[in-house]
Amino acid sequence: MIKRLLALLLIGGLGGVFLLLWLDFTPPTELNEVARYYAEQSAPDLGTVNITTAIIVTYRGLDTLGEVTVLFLSAAVVGMVLVRGRRRTAATAEGLVSGGELLASGSRLLVPLILLLGVYIFVNGHLTPGGGFQGGAILASAVLLMLLADPTRRFSHRLITLVESSTGLSYVLLGVVGIVLAGGFLDTRILPLGEFGTLFSAGAIPLIYSLIGLKVGAEFASMLANLSETEAL
Amino acid sequence: MILTGMTLLLCLVMIGAALVAILGKGLAVAILATGLVSLVASLLFLILAAPDVAMTEAAIGSGLTTFLFFFVLGRVRGGEHD
Repeated sequence: MIKRLLALLLIGGLGGVFLLLWLDFTPPTELNEVARYYAEQSAPDLGTVNITTAIIVTYRGLDTLGEVTVLFLSAAVVGMVLVRGRRRTAATAEGLVSGGELLASGSRLLVPLILLLGVYIFVNGHLTPGGGFQGGAILASAVLLMLLADPTRRFSHRLITLVESSTGLSYVLLGVVGIVLAGGFLDTRILPLGEFGTLFSAGAIPLIYSLIGLKVGAEFASMLANLSETEAL
Repeated sequence: MILTGMTLLLCLVMIGAALVAILGKGLAVAILATGLVSLVASLLFLILAAPDVAMTEAAIGSGLTTFLFFFVLGRVRGGEHD
């Protein structure tokens, strides 16, 4: 009873806080100083059509490196926790039911298309909405579809690790090259800006976003592969 | 005006799906309902002119997470009852 009362009080208090915030809120009529700088300068400075990408990859590049690191850590922890269950029951994969004929045939058609969509999204990150994280997640969903169609399928952990570590290393190296050739760590103006709005433009942004996309895809894929290789806990 | 109405409708759908996720009977229904919450959230992000966030939410929130939950549900089923 007292527990329920406390919960109600908490919910009421939170509601009150949000109500006060909402009553105070007036939508801003113009961009603030930082936002205006990004909106006006990202095209002439970095040559990106998609302002969000300019912010994520260049202006706030260090944050993105941190995000990729967090994702890497969580993938590593998932692998570490699950590896114990895998070693114990490695030989019981026969108990799993396969996905069925429809799913198997459908996945053979869909997996290449999904992979293509993921690559398209992160290669065009500087032109259209989306980028490394979204494209990487879509790559991983292709891996998920393959696992659903055939739960006994095994992926090469060596390949996943190789993709993940080489892309991560090249990302940091590209950032260091930015210190030498351009304005600072993770400055993307190390390559020529090119023609505004074309695929090969915006300096190193497409390169970096492709690396991030592959890395995110490899991390999610390693999580999914680890999960599928762990038999009933 | 139409946009406001649509936003309100989507918010109502979101609250309804969240309630189904909490109060519903089966775990599978609850997982599907949380996926629906994410899907509607990504639509709302799209209405708020944030297509990048909407894509992330749709791909990770309603795609990968939902299937991850089903994966884990399949693994723990049979062992215990909640």
